Amino acid sequence: MNIVVASGKGGTGKTMVAVNLAWALSQSQEIHLIDCDAEEPNVHLFYPGVKDEEPVTVKVPEVDSEKCTLCGACGEFCRYGAISVLTESVMFQANLCHSCGGCMLSCPVDAITEVPRRVGMITQSQPSPTLTVISGILDEGEIAAPAVIKAAKEAGEWDGVSVLDGPPGTACPVIETMEGADVCILVTESTPSGLADLRRAAHLAKAFGIPSGVVINRSDGDDGPTLAFCAEEGLPIFLTIPFDREIAAIQNRGAILCSEKEEWTEAFAKLYEDTIAIAGGKL
Amino acid sequence: MKVCITSKGDSPESVPENRFGRTPFFVVYNDETGEVIEAINNSSANDASGVGPKVVQMLVSKGVNVVVTGQVGGNAGKGLEIAGVPTYAFGGAKTVAEAYAAYKAGTLTRIV
Repeated sequence: MNIVVASGKGGTGKTMVAVNLAWALSQSQEIHLIDCDAEEPNVHLFYPGVKDEEPVTVKVPEVDSEKCTLCGACGEFCRYGAISVLTESVMFQANLCHSCGGCMLSCPVDAITEVPRRVGMITQSQPSPTLTVISGILDEGEIAAPAVIKAAKEAGEWDGVSVLDGPPGTACPVIETMEGADVCILVTESTPSGLADLRRAAHLAKAFGIPSGVVINRSDGDDGPTLAFCAEEGLPIFLTIPFDREIAAIQNRGAILCSEKEEWTEAFAKLYEDTIAIAGGKL
Repeated sequence: MKVCITSKGDSPESVPENRFGRTPFFVVYNDETGEVIEAINNSSANDASGVGPKVVQMLVSKGVNVVVTGQVGGNAGKGLEIAGVPTYAFGGAKTVAEAYAAYKAGTLTRIV
Protein backbone atom coordinates (compact mmCIF):
# COMPACT_ATOMS: atom_id res chain seq x y z
CA MET A 1 0.00 0.00 0.00
CA ASN A 2 1.36 3.38 -1.04
CA ILE A 3 0.47 6.43 1.06
CA VAL A 4 1.47 9.63 -0.75
CA VAL A 5 2.06 12.82 1.23
CA ALA A 6 1.48 15.82 -1.07
CA SER A 7 0.55 19.47 -0.61
CA GLY A 8 0.59 21.65 -3.66
CA LYS A 9 2.36 24.45 -1.80
CA GLY A 10 5.97 23.88 -0.81
CA GLY A 11 7.09 24.22 2.79
CA THR A 12 3.81 23.16 4.41
CA GLY A 13 5.40 20.21 6.19
CA LYS A 14 5.11 17.21 3.85
CA THR A 15 8.42 15.78 5.00
CA MET A 16 7.59 16.43 8.65
CA VAL A 17 4.32 14.49 8.28
CA ALA A 18 5.88 11.70 6.17
CA VAL A 19 8.85 11.19 8.50
CA ASN A 20 6.72 11.20 11.64
CA LEU A 21 4.09 8.92 10.13
CA ALA A 22 6.76 6.43 9.06
CA TRP A 23 8.51 6.65 12.43
CA ALA A 24 5.28 6.11 14.37
CA LEU A 25 4.34 3.10 12.22
CA SER A 26 7.82 1.63 12.46
CA GLN A 27 7.25 1.21 16.22
CA SER A 28 4.83 -1.62 15.46
CA GLN A 29 5.45 -2.75 11.87
CA GLU A 30 7.87 -2.74 8.97
CA ILE A 31 7.72 0.43 6.86
CA HIS A 32 9.31 1.87 3.75
CA LEU A 33 9.77 5.63 3.69
CA ILE A 34 10.45 6.88 0.15
CA ASP A 35 11.56 10.44 -0.56
CA CYS A 36 10.06 11.28 -3.96
CA ASP A 37 10.96 14.98 -3.85
CA ALA A 38 13.93 14.26 -6.13
CA GLU A 39 14.64 17.94 -6.86
CA GLU A 40 14.89 18.91 -3.19
CA PRO A 41 15.08 15.68 -1.20
CA ASN A 42 15.26 16.25 2.55
CA VAL A 43 14.16 13.05 4.34
CA HIS A 44 17.87 12.19 4.66
CA LEU A 45 18.31 15.20 6.98
CA PHE A 46 16.39 13.21 9.59
CA TYR A 47 18.40 10.06 8.89
CA PRO A 48 22.03 10.98 8.32
CA GLY A 49 24.64 8.24 7.98
CA VAL A 50 26.02 5.81 5.46
CA LYS A 51 23.76 4.82 2.59
CA ASP A 52 23.91 2.45 -0.38
CA GLU A 53 23.90 4.39 -3.65
CA GLU A 54 22.60 3.28 -7.04
CA PRO A 55 22.81 5.50 -10.12
CA VAL A 56 19.62 6.33 -12.07
CA THR A 57 20.03 6.60 -15.83
CA VAL A 58 17.82 7.62 -18.74
CA LYS A 59 18.23 6.59 -22.37
CA VAL A 60 19.65 9.13 -24.79
CA PRO A 61 20.52 8.85 -28.48
CA GLU A 62 23.98 8.20 -29.83
CA VAL A 63 24.50 8.90 -33.52
CA ASP A 64 26.81 6.76 -35.65
CA SER A 65 28.33 9.43 -37.91
CA GLU A 66 29.48 6.73 -40.35
CA LYS A 67 25.87 5.69 -41.03
CA CYS A 68 24.21 9.14 -40.68
CA THR A 69 23.27 10.81 -43.97
CA LEU A 70 22.35 14.17 -42.33
CA CYS A 71 18.84 13.75 -43.75
CA GLY A 72 17.31 15.74 -40.87
CA ALA A 73 14.49 13.31 -39.99
CA CYS A 74 15.48 13.00 -36.30
CA GLY A 75 15.69 16.77 -35.82
CA GLU A 76 12.35 17.33 -37.52
CA PHE A 77 10.75 14.72 -35.28
CA CYS A 78 12.18 16.03 -31.98
CA ARG A 79 9.76 18.58 -30.58
CA TYR A 80 12.17 19.43 -27.76
CA GLY A 81 14.99 20.58 -30.06
CA ALA A 82 17.32 18.07 -28.35
CA ILE A 83 18.72 16.68 -31.59
CA SER A 84 19.47 18.97 -34.54
CA VAL A 85 20.97 18.16 -37.91
CA LEU A 86 23.40 20.92 -38.85
CA THR A 87 25.68 21.55 -41.82
CA GLU A 88 28.14 18.73 -41.22
CA SER A 89 27.11 17.12 -37.97
CA VAL A 90 24.25 16.17 -35.68
CA MET A 91 24.11 18.18 -32.47
CA PHE A 92 22.65 16.49 -29.37
CA GLN A 93 21.85 18.55 -26.26
CA ALA A 94 21.21 16.14 -23.41
CA ASN A 95 19.55 18.72 -21.19
CA LEU A 96 16.69 19.09 -23.70
CA CYS A 97 16.11 15.34 -24.27
CA HIS A 98 12.98 13.67 -22.86
CA SER A 99 14.20 10.13 -23.67
CA CYS A 100 11.19 9.37 -25.88
CA GLY A 101 13.22 7.34 -28.39
CA GLY A 102 11.49 9.05 -31.32
CA CYS A 103 14.74 10.08 -33.02
CA MET A 104 15.84 6.45 -33.10
CA LEU A 105 12.52 5.35 -34.63
CA SER A 106 12.50 8.16 -37.20
CA CYS A 107 16.03 7.45 -38.50
CA PRO A 108 15.72 5.80 -41.94
CA VAL A 109 19.25 4.32 -41.85
CA ASP A 110 19.36 3.06 -38.22
CA ALA A 111 22.21 5.39 -37.33
CA ILE A 112 20.84 6.07 -33.83
CA THR A 113 21.15 3.78 -30.81
CA GLU A 114 20.23 4.51 -27.20
CA VAL A 115 22.84 4.74 -24.47
CA PRO A 116 22.37 5.28 -20.73
CA ARG A 117 23.08 8.69 -19.19
CA ARG A 118 23.14 9.28 -15.43
CA VAL A 119 20.64 11.86 -14.11
CA GLY A 120 20.55 11.05 -10.40
CA MET A 121 20.75 8.33 -7.80
CA ILE A 122 18.79 6.27 -5.32
CA THR A 123 20.12 5.99 -1.79
CA GLN A 124 18.96 3.36 0.65
CA SER A 125 19.52 2.88 4.38
CA GLN A 126 17.99 1.05 7.30
CA PRO A 127 18.02 3.35 10.34
CA SER A 128 16.11 0.75 12.38
CA PRO A 129 15.24 -2.92 11.79
CA THR A 130 11.66 -1.95 10.87
CA LEU A 131 12.38 1.21 8.84
CA THR A 132 13.88 1.33 5.35
CA VAL A 133 14.57 4.82 3.98
CA ILE A 134 14.91 5.29 0.23
CA SER A 135 15.68 8.64 -1.38
CA GLY A 136 15.48 9.64 -5.04
CA ILE A 137 18.06 12.35 -5.66
CA LEU A 138 18.23 14.22 -8.96
CA ASP A 139 21.72 15.39 -9.97
CA GLU A 140 22.25 19.16 -9.98
CA GLY A 141 21.39 20.78 -13.31
CA GLU A 142 19.25 17.83 -14.45
CA ILE A 143 15.53 18.10 -15.21
CA ALA A 144 14.30 14.50 -15.43
CA ALA A 145 12.88 14.30 -11.90
CA PRO A 146 10.12 11.81 -12.87
CA ALA A 147 12.75 9.25 -13.98
CA VAL A 148 14.42 9.41 -10.56
CA ILE A 149 11.06 9.31 -8.74
CA LYS A 150 10.03 6.24 -10.72
CA ALA A 151 13.31 4.52 -9.84
CA ALA A 152 12.86 5.39 -6.14
CA LYS A 153 9.34 3.95 -6.16
CA GLU A 154 10.58 0.79 -7.86
CA ALA A 155 13.42 0.45 -5.35
CA GLY A 156 10.91 0.68 -2.49
CA GLU A 157 8.20 -1.51 -3.99
CA TRP A 158 7.04 -4.33 -1.72
CA ASP A 159 3.90 -5.94 -0.27
CA GLY A 160 3.85 -3.80 2.87
CA VAL A 161 3.14 -0.15 3.63
CA SER A 162 5.20 2.59 1.98
CA VAL A 163 5.01 6.28 2.88
CA LEU A 164 5.95 8.46 -0.10
CA ASP A 165 7.11 12.00 0.66
CA GLY A 166 5.97 13.86 -2.45
CA PRO A 167 7.32 16.91 -4.27
CA PRO A 168 5.50 20.26 -4.07
CA GLY A 169 3.36 21.56 -6.93
CA THR A 170 0.99 19.61 -9.15
CA ALA A 171 3.21 19.04 -12.20
CA CYS A 172 5.01 15.98 -13.62
CA PRO A 173 7.01 15.04 -10.47
CA VAL A 174 3.84 14.96 -8.33
CA ILE A 175 1.93 13.10 -11.03
CA GLU A 176 4.68 10.47 -11.17
CA THR A 177 4.59 10.17 -7.35
CA MET A 178 0.79 9.83 -7.21
CA GLU A 179 0.60 7.26 -9.99
CA GLY A 180 -0.49 3.98 -8.45
CA ALA A 181 -1.01 5.46 -4.96
CA ASP A 182 -3.75 3.97 -2.77
CA VAL A 183 -4.37 7.05 -0.66
CA CYS A 184 -3.17 10.62 -0.35
CA ILE A 185 -2.48 12.82 2.68
CA LEU A 186 -2.59 16.50 1.69
CA VAL A 187 -0.65 18.79 4.01
CA THR A 188 -1.69 22.43 4.11
CA GLU A 189 -1.13 25.46 6.32
CA SER A 190 -3.22 28.39 7.58
CA THR A 191 -2.39 30.76 4.73
CA PRO A 192 -4.26 31.80 1.58
CA SER A 193 -1.53 30.27 -0.61
CA GLY A 194 -1.65 27.06 1.42
CA LEU A 195 -5.36 26.82 0.64
CA ALA A 196 -5.01 27.84 -3.02
CA ASP A 197 -2.45 25.09 -3.62
CA LEU A 198 -4.37 22.56 -1.50
CA ARG A 199 -7.21 23.12 -3.94
CA ARG A 200 -4.96 22.21 -6.88
CA ALA A 201 -3.45 19.17 -5.15
CA ALA A 202 -6.89 17.93 -4.07
CA HIS A 203 -8.17 18.24 -7.63
CA LEU A 204 -5.16 16.34 -8.95
CA ALA A 205 -5.72 13.48 -6.48
CA LYS A 206 -9.40 13.49 -7.42
CA ALA A 207 -8.51 13.28 -11.13
CA PHE A 208 -6.46 10.18 -10.30
CA GLY A 209 -9.36 8.78 -8.25
CA ILE A 210 -7.16 8.59 -5.15
CA PRO A 211 -9.02 9.05 -1.85
CA SER A 212 -7.53 11.94 0.13
CA GLY A 213 -7.58 13.53 3.56
CA VAL A 214 -6.00 16.68 4.94
CA VAL A 215 -3.46 17.55 7.62
CA ILE A 216 -3.43 21.23 8.64
CA ASN A 217 0.08 22.08 9.79
CA ARG A 218 1.28 25.18 11.67
CA SER A 219 -2.34 25.99 12.35
CA ASP A 220 -2.92 29.44 13.82
CA GLY A 221 -6.36 28.32 14.95
CA ASP A 222 -8.07 30.32 12.22
CA ASP A 223 -8.70 27.64 9.59
CA GLY A 224 -12.23 28.61 8.56
CA PRO A 225 -11.61 28.86 4.79
CA THR A 226 -9.66 25.56 4.76
CA LEU A 227 -12.36 23.77 6.75
CA ALA A 228 -15.03 25.17 4.41
CA PHE A 229 -13.13 23.96 1.34
CA CYS A 230 -12.62 20.49 2.83
CA ALA A 231 -16.31 20.24 3.75
CA GLU A 232 -17.29 21.27 0.23
CA GLU A 233 -14.94 18.70 -1.35
CA GLY A 234 -15.75 15.96 1.16
CA LEU A 235 -12.13 15.83 2.37
CA PRO A 236 -11.75 14.63 5.96
CA ILE A 237 -9.41 16.59 8.26
CA PHE A 238 -7.13 13.91 9.69
CA LEU A 239 -4.97 16.00 11.97
CA THR A 240 -4.31 19.61 12.96
CA ILE A 241 -0.79 20.46 14.14
CA PRO A 242 -0.54 23.81 15.94
CA PHE A 243 1.89 26.61 15.09
CA ASP A 244 4.12 25.83 18.04
CA ARG A 245 7.63 27.00 18.88
CA GLU A 246 8.61 23.74 20.55
CA ILE A 247 7.62 21.66 17.51
CA ALA A 248 9.59 24.03 15.26
CA ALA A 249 12.65 23.73 17.53
CA ILE A 250 12.52 19.91 17.40
CA GLN A 251 12.27 20.02 13.59
CA ASN A 252 15.08 22.54 13.32
CA ARG A 253 17.61 20.29 14.98
CA GLY A 254 16.67 17.42 12.68
CA ALA A 255 14.87 15.45 15.37
CA ILE A 256 11.63 13.52 14.96
CA LEU A 257 8.67 14.97 16.85
CA CYS A 258 7.15 11.55 17.64
CA SER A 259 10.39 10.22 19.09
CA GLU A 260 10.50 13.10 21.57
CA LYS A 261 6.81 13.58 22.37
CA GLU A 262 4.84 10.42 22.97
CA GLU A 263 1.46 12.07 22.46
CA TRP A 264 2.43 12.73 18.85
CA THR A 265 3.22 9.04 18.26
CA GLU A 266 -0.39 8.37 19.17
CA ALA A 267 -1.61 11.21 16.96
CA PHE A 268 0.32 9.88 13.95
CA ALA A 269 -0.79 6.29 14.63
CA LYS A 270 -4.34 7.61 14.50
CA LEU A 271 -3.52 9.50 11.30
CA TYR A 272 -2.54 6.14 9.81
CA GLU A 273 -5.78 4.48 10.96
CA ASP A 274 -7.86 7.30 9.47
CA THR A 275 -5.84 7.15 6.27
CA ILE A 276 -6.28 3.43 5.68
CA ALA A 277 -9.95 3.78 6.57
CA ILE A 278 -10.59 6.09 3.59
CA ALA A 279 -8.40 3.86 1.38
CA GLY A 280 -11.12 1.24 1.85
CA GLY A 281 -9.02 -0.64 4.40
CA LYS A 282 -6.74 -1.93 1.63
CA LEU A 283 -3.58 -3.20 3.26
CA MET B 1 25.15 33.54 -50.00
CA LYS B 2 21.94 33.79 -47.98
CA VAL B 3 21.64 36.34 -45.17
CA CYS B 4 18.63 35.96 -42.90
CA ILE B 5 17.25 38.66 -40.61
CA THR B 6 14.78 38.05 -37.78
CA SER B 7 11.73 40.24 -38.35
CA LYS B 8 8.35 41.13 -36.85
CA GLY B 9 6.87 41.18 -40.36
CA ASP B 10 7.45 39.67 -43.79
CA SER B 11 8.97 42.62 -45.66
CA PRO B 12 12.20 44.69 -45.70
CA GLU B 13 10.17 47.58 -44.20
CA SER B 14 9.26 45.50 -41.13
CA VAL B 15 10.76 46.10 -37.70
CA PRO B 16 13.59 43.67 -36.92
CA GLU B 17 12.81 41.15 -34.16
CA ASN B 18 15.09 41.02 -31.13
CA ARG B 19 14.43 37.34 -30.37
CA PHE B 20 16.03 34.67 -32.55
CA GLY B 21 14.11 31.41 -32.02
CA ARG B 22 10.72 33.00 -31.40
CA THR B 23 10.83 35.55 -34.19
CA PRO B 24 7.64 35.59 -36.30
CA PHE B 25 9.54 35.81 -39.62
CA PHE B 26 12.97 35.40 -41.17
CA VAL B 27 13.57 37.75 -44.11
CA VAL B 28 16.18 36.15 -46.37
CA TYR B 29 18.42 38.21 -48.68
CA ASN B 30 20.55 37.07 -51.58
CA ASP B 31 23.89 38.60 -50.69
CA GLU B 32 25.06 38.78 -54.32
CA THR B 33 22.04 40.67 -55.71
CA GLY B 34 20.84 42.41 -52.55
CA GLU B 35 17.30 41.17 -53.22
CA VAL B 36 14.89 39.57 -50.79
CA ILE B 37 14.49 35.90 -51.75
CA GLU B 38 11.78 34.95 -49.29
CA ALA B 39 10.20 35.64 -45.91
CA ILE B 40 10.07 32.43 -43.89
CA ASN B 41 7.09 32.12 -41.53
CA ASN B 42 8.58 30.66 -38.33
CA SER B 43 6.40 27.66 -37.48
CA SER B 44 8.37 26.97 -34.27
CA ALA B 45 7.76 30.47 -32.81
CA ASN B 46 5.14 29.33 -30.31
CA ASP B 47 6.52 25.89 -29.43
CA ALA B 48 6.91 25.06 -25.75
CA SER B 49 10.63 24.34 -25.69
CA GLY B 50 13.78 23.66 -27.68
CA VAL B 51 12.90 26.38 -30.19
CA GLY B 52 16.46 27.63 -30.78
CA PRO B 53 18.03 24.38 -32.04
CA LYS B 54 14.93 23.57 -34.13
CA VAL B 55 15.16 26.94 -35.87
CA VAL B 56 18.88 26.49 -36.49
CA GLN B 57 18.22 23.14 -38.23
CA MET B 58 15.46 24.73 -40.32
CA LEU B 59 17.71 27.62 -41.43
CA VAL B 60 20.61 25.27 -42.19
CA SER B 61 18.29 23.08 -44.31
CA LYS B 62 17.33 26.21 -46.28
CA GLY B 63 20.98 27.00 -46.93
CA VAL B 64 21.20 30.15 -44.79
CA ASN B 65 24.83 31.27 -44.35
CA VAL B 66 24.56 34.34 -42.10
CA VAL B 67 22.08 35.35 -39.36
CA VAL B 68 21.32 38.92 -38.26
CA THR B 69 19.21 39.14 -35.07
CA GLY B 70 18.92 40.88 -31.68
CA GLN B 71 20.30 38.21 -29.43
CA VAL B 72 20.52 34.41 -29.23
CA GLY B 73 20.01 32.04 -26.31
CA GLY B 74 22.48 29.37 -25.17
CA ASN B 75 21.03 26.37 -27.04
CA ALA B 76 20.56 28.32 -30.27
CA GLY B 77 24.02 29.88 -29.97
CA LYS B 78 25.58 26.45 -29.61
CA GLY B 79 23.74 25.26 -32.73
CA LEU B 80 24.76 28.28 -34.81
CA GLU B 81 28.35 27.85 -33.69
CA ILE B 82 28.50 24.13 -34.55
CA ALA B 83 26.69 24.77 -37.84
CA GLY B 84 29.27 27.46 -38.66
CA VAL B 85 26.71 30.22 -39.23
CA PRO B 86 28.18 33.64 -38.33
CA THR B 87 25.59 35.66 -36.38
CA TYR B 88 25.45 39.44 -35.95
CA ALA B 89 23.43 41.81 -33.73
CA PHE B 90 21.44 44.42 -35.71
CA GLY B 91 21.98 47.05 -33.01
CA GLY B 92 20.03 50.26 -33.66
CA ALA B 93 18.55 49.32 -37.06
CA LYS B 94 14.89 50.42 -37.29
CA THR B 95 13.91 48.25 -40.27
CA VAL B 96 15.02 44.95 -41.78
CA ALA B 97 16.39 46.85 -44.80
CA GLU B 98 18.49 49.07 -42.48
CA ALA B 99 19.79 45.99 -40.68
CA TYR B 100 20.78 44.43 -44.01
CA ALA B 101 22.51 47.65 -45.13
CA ALA B 102 24.42 47.80 -41.83
CA TYR B 103 25.48 44.16 -42.29
CA LYS B 104 26.73 44.96 -45.79
CA ALA B 105 28.57 48.04 -44.49
CA GLY B 106 30.33 45.80 -41.96
CA THR B 107 29.25 47.85 -38.93
CA LEU B 108 27.42 45.10 -37.00
CA THR B 109 28.85 43.31 -33.96
CA ARG B 110 29.34 39.57 -34.36
CA ILE B 111 27.72 37.63 -31.50
CA VAL B 112 28.30 34.00 -32.60
